[in-house]
Amino acid sequence: MYREICSKYAPDKDNLICILHEIQNSHPQHYISEEAVQTVAEYLGVPANHIYGVLTFYTMYSTKPRGQNIIRLCESPPCYIKGSENILHKLMTLLDIEVGETTKDGCFTLELCACLGVCGNAPVMMINNDVYGDLTEEKVEEIIEKVRRG
Amino acid sequence: MSLKRIDLLICCGSGCISAGALKIKERFHAVLSEKGLTNEINIIETGCMGPCDYGPVMVIYPEGIFYKKVTPEDVDEIVAEHFVKGRPVQRLMLQDEDKTIAAHKEVPFYQKQVKVALANCGFIDPESLEEYIATGGYEALGTVLTQMTPQQAIDVVKESGLRGRGGAGFPTHMKWKMVHDRKEDQKYVICNGDEGDPGAFMDRSLLEGDPHRILEGMMLCAYSIGASQGFFYIRAEYPLAIKRIKQAIEQAREVGLMGKNIFGTDFCFEAEVRTGAGAFVCGEEMALIHSIEGERGNPTPKPPYPAVSGLWGKPTVVNNVETLANLPTIFVKGAKWFSTMGTETSKGTKVFALTGDIRNTGLVEVPMGTTLREMIFDVGGGMIGGNEFKAVQLGGPSGGCLTAEHLDVPVDYETLKARGAMMGSGGVIVMDDQKCMVNVAKFFMDFCVDESCGKCSPCRIGLKQMYNILDRITKGEGQEGDIEELQRLGETVAKISLCGLGQTAPNPVLSTIRYFRNEYEAHIKDKACHTKVCRDLFHFKIDKSRCIGCSLCSRKCPANCISGSREDKYTIGQVDCVKCGNCQDVCPVKAIDRIPGIHSDVTAHKEALLKRKARED
Amino acid sequence: MKTLADLKKIREKAQEEMKLRGSSVRIKIVVGMGTSGIAMGAREVMKTFLEEISNRNLTDVIVTQTGEKGLSSLEPVVDLIEEDKPKVTYGNMTPDKVKKVVVEHIVNGRIVSDYVVATGN
Ligand SMILES: Cc1cc2nc3c(=O)[nH]c(=O)nc-3n(C[C@H](O)[C@H](O)[C@H](O)COP(=O)(O)O)c2cc1C
Ligand code: FES
Repeated sequence: MYREICSKYAPDKDNLICILHEIQNSHPQHYISEEAVQTVAEYLGVPANHIYGVLTFYTMYSTKPRGQNIIRLCESPPCYIKGSENILHKLMTLLDIEVGETTKDGCFTLELCACLGVCGNAPVMMINNDVYGDLTEEKVEEIIEKVRRG
Repeated sequence: MSLKRIDLLICCGSGCISAGALKIKERFHAVLSEKGLTNEINIIETGCMGPCDYGPVMVIYPEGIFYKKVTPEDVDEIVAEHFVKGRPVQRLMLQDEDKTIAAHKEVPFYQKQVKVALANCGFIDPESLEEYIATGGYEALGTVLTQMTPQQAIDVVKESGLRGRGGAGFPTHMKWKMVHDRKEDQKYVICNGDEGDPGAFMDRSLLEGDPHRILEGMMLCAYSIGASQGFFYIRAEYPLAIKRIKQAIEQAREVGLMGKNIFGTDFCFEAEVRTGAGAFVCGEEMALIHSIEGERGNPTPKPPYPAVSGLWGKPTVVNNVETLANLPTIFVKGAKWFSTMGTETSKGTKVFALTGDIRNTGLVEVPMGTTLREMIFDVGGGMIGGNEFKAVQLGGPSGGCLTAEHLDVPVDYETLKARGAMMGSGGVIVMDDQKCMVNVAKFFMDFCVDESCGKCSPCRIGLKQMYNILDRITKGEGQEGDIEELQRLGETVAKISLCGLGQTAPNPVLSTIRYFRNEYEAHIKDKACHTKVCRDLFHFKIDKSRCIGCSLCSRKCPANCISGSREDKYTIGQVDCVKCGNCQDVCPVKAIDRIPGIHSDVTAHKEALLKRKARED
Repeated sequence: MKTLADLKKIREKAQEEMKLRGSSVRIKIVVGMGTSGIAMGAREVMKTFLEEISNRNLTDVIVTQTGEKGLSSLEPVVDLIEEDKPKVTYGNMTPDKVKKVVVEHIVNGRIVSDYVVATGN
């Protein structure tokens, strides 16, 4: 499977970031496994430790398995001013996890992130590729419920 | 020709999408087909219209009616009333002091604005090459390619006075000229779409809302400098922008606007998209170049500048999205036209992102030199929730805070710099009098500590130290001399850091010290946060004259520290209070207040503890 | 696309498609589409206008709509608004009358006085 993803791109090092994105997105647990790193290393002809170096530099990559849905709540100042702290507390109680953890059923991982560029509708969070803005505690509850149902 | 009689423009910028615009669009499709109206009404998804706060918004032509905060439930009414019977729905229009504003053009938010970069955002369908061409798109490219030499094109940009919109405000023509003059067969142009400044989202809106404009701008640059290959570096947090740019590149290729011999000339060009992966520092041009090369996005010392040794060691121009967006219009309308707008040193218009405690959050484009007051109060509608204006943070984490006394300062590169702020990417974070400036400074510092790539030690260690001091101050453990230490550290980090991140990261702290020193002092000396934001520097108090003795607070207190009775009323045991604020939330008569400063019981308790500990030792 | 002339061709066609949003409009036709107007056949009138204009390729004319004008007995009512000229209001419109108004008034600039119920504002 990793091989297949690689072969969509030319074997040039400058495609590394795109390949890693696709590998991570296509894994149900949204992470990049050791096996994946090996495959990419062979395909691009670069040492595996170079790939680890890149992986750990960028905050969006994970080398540990995560939930089916990644919640990324913006913690930057404009969202903070509009009350992102309350939203964080709501998410933590609702999902019964801390930041960086995954729910027991494997459905959600909660992460914090820098500005998502939707500050006009702060506070904001992203679940996978969808942005949710103007969050309130009630809205968060609805959204989580909806995503959980799929 | 079609029988269409209505153009329904639904804003599908990320802001409106996050507020549910797509659901509304689907509902329109459903209702229109149910009523057999699909061939009379054009549904057009546009990019960001600007007033994100009112999202989802839409404009209906030919009347140009503006609706705000539309919900799927409203769709039936809009169709039945407005589309079928021609009676626009008053309830969804903007209200301005008892007056209902119907027309898009009359919305106060748009009044002082002059749209150059944003001209098409919210007006055309960003997925249609034809609509971009209809607004005069690619005319600049065609004219320049067929009628100008690269040097002449650079001269136009020089005459326009255009400066980079990505932060530093470097004159665009100078960068171009440097690369133009280098004799190499391979050169590159990169569009910097990494936009990581908290509070900035104009680049996203431009990429999403008018992708062909950015592409045309890139090609104008490519021709002028002699590049045949371009890259869009867009952060991964912007999936829609990535999709739209990729689509625009495909469309341009299909009609021969990209590829070989464009407009029948010798100019050949290809563009590709590369994405980031969540690292703020990759917005810095050298870091960005390394990231495209498939490396860690670390900045490297300059010189050499990208103009000399950039992508794969070749001469490279890195330009911001908004910088590129201005180019097509400069070539169509002329450098003179552009340079009549703005101030002596800052020409043209600038897009600002209004956020924070302001009524109309969103994107505004105004001539350079517009005052903060005009921007915040006339365009932005003033403060929300009846609070007073206190400060505005300009230029994100690398910028600085300005106060009410600066409201009449014209906004341009030099004026802001002289006052300790920065144009940056154009983020305008407005704060009301409920905000604690020490806490805000701490938050910006937290951002920079997180985003420091760690390569150079002043930035990595110095910023962390500054953060620790700020954290201490907000927790009531500030000491005499902390302010001076912050200033000393800040100045050192700014001076010796490797890249712009470290060089500018101390700005928020230094500027808040400059303008709000008394707040720092209150935190350190009086152990009081007068805005009652810092948890350790205020306490809760029940006002017995207002308390009705209902016991609700006592029952909701997680620390079990509120006691009393219906007769005696209730009091808070200050020593055990964890400041969760539940009591204040649940009190039915609002009898609980936040009082600045640490309660004397707590201070006494702490001293006693210390003494006991000293004795035990 | 190889020349500026090619670009111009695409532009003209595209502008045509976008004219509802543009300002290069010579005549605006406003059909009264209130409940009574619709009950009297305003939808057919509107459709006929759209078809006629499309058939004749009149690119500088737009059709829009408005609510009730209070002229119930004269519905369907249509306003023709031309820049710098007083507004002309036609009443009791039918698809056949529409065709005549398009030919006479819009194409040839002669007001069809038989159908006029009001002029000016
Ligand atoms: C830490 C840091 C982050 C930056 N982020 C961005 C960014 O997100 N977008 C951008 O256009 N420029 C950013 N810049 C500025 C770029 O290095 C560069 O100056 C700019 O892209 C040049 O384009 P311009 O001349 O068109 O403004 C950043 C600089 C630093 C030091
Ligand atoms: S600050 Fe949260 S999206 Fe920008």
